Amino acid sequence: MSQTDSQAKTPATQPAAAPEGTGFGGMQARSAAAINAVSRISVRNLDFYYGDNRALKGINLDLPERQVTGMIGPSGCGKSTLLRVLNRMYSLYPGQRAEGEVLMDGQNIIAPNVDLNDLRSKVGMVFQKPTPFPMTIYDNIAFGVRLHEKLSKSQMDERVEWALSRAAIWDEVKDRLHTSAMGLSGGQQQRLCIARTIAVRPEVILFDEPTSALDPISTLKIEELIDELKRDFTICIVTHNMQQAARCADQVAFFYLGELIEVAPAAQMFTAPREQKTQEYITGRFG
Amino acid sequence: MSTTAPTFAFTRSAAEERTKRSLGRRRGIVDRVVTLFCLLATAVGLFFLGAILFTLLRRGLVALDLTIFTAEFAPTRYGDDSLPKGGLLHAITGSLIQVAIATAIGTPIGLFVGTYLAEYSQRTALGNAVRFVSDILLSAPSILIGLFIYQIVVLPMGGFSGIAGALALAVIVVPVVVRTTEDMLQLIPNTLREAVIALGAPKWKMIVLVCYKAALSGIVTGVLLAIARIAGETAPLLLTSFGNNVVSTDLSRPMASLPISIYQQANSGFPDLIEIAWTGALLVTAGVLVINILARVLLRKRI
Amino acid sequence: MSDMAIRVRSAPTLGARRTPGSLGDKLFAALCTVAGLFVLLTLGGIIVTLFLGGLPAFLHFGLDFLVSTRWDPVEGREEFGAFISVFGTVVTSILAIIFAVPVAFGIAYFLTELAPLWVRRPLGIAVELLAAVPSIIYGMWGLFVLVPFVQMHIQLRFGEALGEIPYVGFLFASNSFAGTSIFSASLVLAIMILPFIAATMRDVFEQVPAVYKESAYGLGATRWEVMTGVVIPYTRVSLVGGIMLGLGRALGETMAVTFVIGNANRMPSSIFDPSTTIASVIAMEFPESLAGSLQQSALFAIGFLLFVISFLVLATSRWLLRPRLK
Repeated sequence: MSQTDSQAKTPATQPAAAPEGTGFGGMQARSAAAINAVSRISVRNLDFYYGDNRALKGINLDLPERQVTGMIGPSGCGKSTLLRVLNRMYSLYPGQRAEGEVLMDGQNIIAPNVDLNDLRSKVGMVFQKPTPFPMTIYDNIAFGVRLHEKLSKSQMDERVEWALSRAAIWDEVKDRLHTSAMGLSGGQQQRLCIARTIAVRPEVILFDEPTSALDPISTLKIEELIDELKRDFTICIVTHNMQQAARCADQVAFFYLGELIEVAPAAQMFTAPREQKTQEYITGRFG
Repeated sequence: MSTTAPTFAFTRSAAEERTKRSLGRRRGIVDRVVTLFCLLATAVGLFFLGAILFTLLRRGLVALDLTIFTAEFAPTRYGDDSLPKGGLLHAITGSLIQVAIATAIGTPIGLFVGTYLAEYSQRTALGNAVRFVSDILLSAPSILIGLFIYQIVVLPMGGFSGIAGALALAVIVVPVVVRTTEDMLQLIPNTLREAVIALGAPKWKMIVLVCYKAALSGIVTGVLLAIARIAGETAPLLLTSFGNNVVSTDLSRPMASLPISIYQQANSGFPDLIEIAWTGALLVTAGVLVINILARVLLRKRI
Repeated sequence: MSDMAIRVRSAPTLGARRTPGSLGDKLFAALCTVAGLFVLLTLGGIIVTLFLGGLPAFLHFGLDFLVSTRWDPVEGREEFGAFISVFGTVVTSILAIIFAVPVAFGIAYFLTELAPLWVRRPLGIAVELLAAVPSIIYGMWGLFVLVPFVQMHIQLRFGEALGEIPYVGFLFASNSFAGTSIFSASLVLAIMILPFIAATMRDVFEQVPAVYKESAYGLGATRWEVMTGVVIPYTRVSLVGGIMLGLGRALGETMAVTFVIGNANRMPSSIFDPSTTIASVIAMEFPESLAGSLQQSALFAIGFLLFVISFLVLATSRWLLRPRLK
């Protein structure tokens, strides 16, 4: 709770220039307006277990509505684990369990009686590697929509065009909608996956290191896209790349050994972190 | 090590150098002898492949003409050329019918079992038991499957029948399809499954609409291999569909099949019938090899 | 907010919401599980039907059934013992393994280590295709090509030459000159399982990580030394598993054997004597036996024995190949 309060009070209006010696010389940490106080998803006292191994310890975090939350930290620190709690992906695997509360619309989504398919239609996810389905581009987009809605042919055409446009790939694929999605380049495939996710009209989109398998140009396109998408979606992105977090995120959360060390507006996190650990991590002293 | 070894470990005495050379020569000779043996072994293997294919072609082509495909079995014309020449129409029809029914029954069962193993059972005791039993069935003596079907189908029905033959072949199809289906589904990266689930798809739609599609060419390969396997099966049919000398499409009565016709005519002792048996053997082998090659080509085109 | 945002609210026409129930999931899971159980049921069914079918013979002859060498289906004096066919099954299969394994090893070694790359693929495919040829073809080829050859060129020459050897000579001296014999059956079986074992061995060899082999080559080892020093120790268990799998095939093989073994219910004294195997006896006599007769029950009984033998071999083989599977 205290974290939320402090965020709300902290105006993130410092100039973007990084102080000497932080190792972020040319980086432009975004100077976002104040973090939105309306929380779309609220994580409260969350613990997560892989069997007996406690991977997340007492996490408290709010995802502000229609803003980008970046999660950073060294490998194995629990950031991807947290992401996979938010859409209950962990429920696929016996032996993994979460305790605590994750509130969305007043409902605890890690409760056992939650309709998972419905939850996942509201919380979409984009993965590390592009995961096009072995079907046409059109069917890739229509697949998710058909799961949740009944649309006429023309409505579906409209939806597919809308999703592909929003994912900034429409112009590249409009002439080959009915060819296999496997023929697209890596960057195009990833944008197709984003289009597929937004076609379902989720409220929250989770990005799990979405650009780690892509070249710099494709990465840039995805980052621009994320910036664009946050007007309508609440976004949470896990990344290993601190520059990326600085470029995309409004709010940044730093994880270390299963604990949430610090959460702050991006500009503040990268210029004046409160915690010693955060400081060490973003200056590259470990991780 | 000789006691007169020089102080420097990296220089060798003349004696050591000689030992090393002679050892090296002997090692080289052993290596070459083994290589020669392997070449010879491969030549032997290829020789048998060549010999069998050669015999099949040489003796199978003699009687290969249109009557093979248009005529039913006819008794020997040995000593009387005016009698009509027999064919294998009855056997070809019977084989096609039984193989088709067996594939139609065995494929879905094998598909579901493979799905169970890859997507549902994971490491449960039941899953391991099913996998183990399926692997045993894959190599179990096929004649025992014939005995099994005889007990549960032929005896209750009161006689040999085409459906019994098809069921026996279906029992052989199942483990082949299980094996390839499971293997192919295991090859699908887990992230693809998660990507489907993340869209809010129920598991069964994930399997049917995406996993099967991703594994399609592999699964089809498995079915083709199963067809190739049962097309030449003889032993279980002896005890189930038994054989028939005329074209019959009645599943409740004995039904001919290519392998059985080959078996019966090859053992008849009449040269003209043996010729027809060779032609049948050529047809079966050609069919089996073509299906196999098709399966391989398909698998290489995997997405 | 931009017009994009307005589009988001207005543009996607909302369809009627589907309510995906969990019923489909439950049904499909049940369907798959039932199919899995069906496989268990099939094997159980095979065991039970074979045993029940053979029960009258087991009860009639008792333990004698296992050791008796008499097999007489003639009405009125029926007597059945399993020993000859069990003996023939085991002997032909083991001989086949002895013939086939060295050659299969040579082919597998050639395919993985020696052959130039452009040869490996076509040759590998040829071996696999040979493994797909139906067994009846091997049987027929054995009867019309191999048996006359054995009869003319091997049996007499080797029989005379080796028959003089003290103590073991009788193994090669035979009074039967038909050419159909244990030896011919073993040879056909060997040719039949050769590609199968070779393909399995090749797969096993290919699983040795390249770094192991490279570190041995780095020490100056020859190819054969790498084989004996690294590859074989590394794959020992799987190799035996592959050979057992081949043995399992040979034990249950019907058609390749029936054509060439002579189908004589006599105890062979030489490898050139005709004999029989379990699968051959069943193939020869079952179609003509009367339902419910003692003969048919005896055939079921030896079928049950064949099942037990091959189950043990196949289960062992699978257990040995286990590291390969997972």
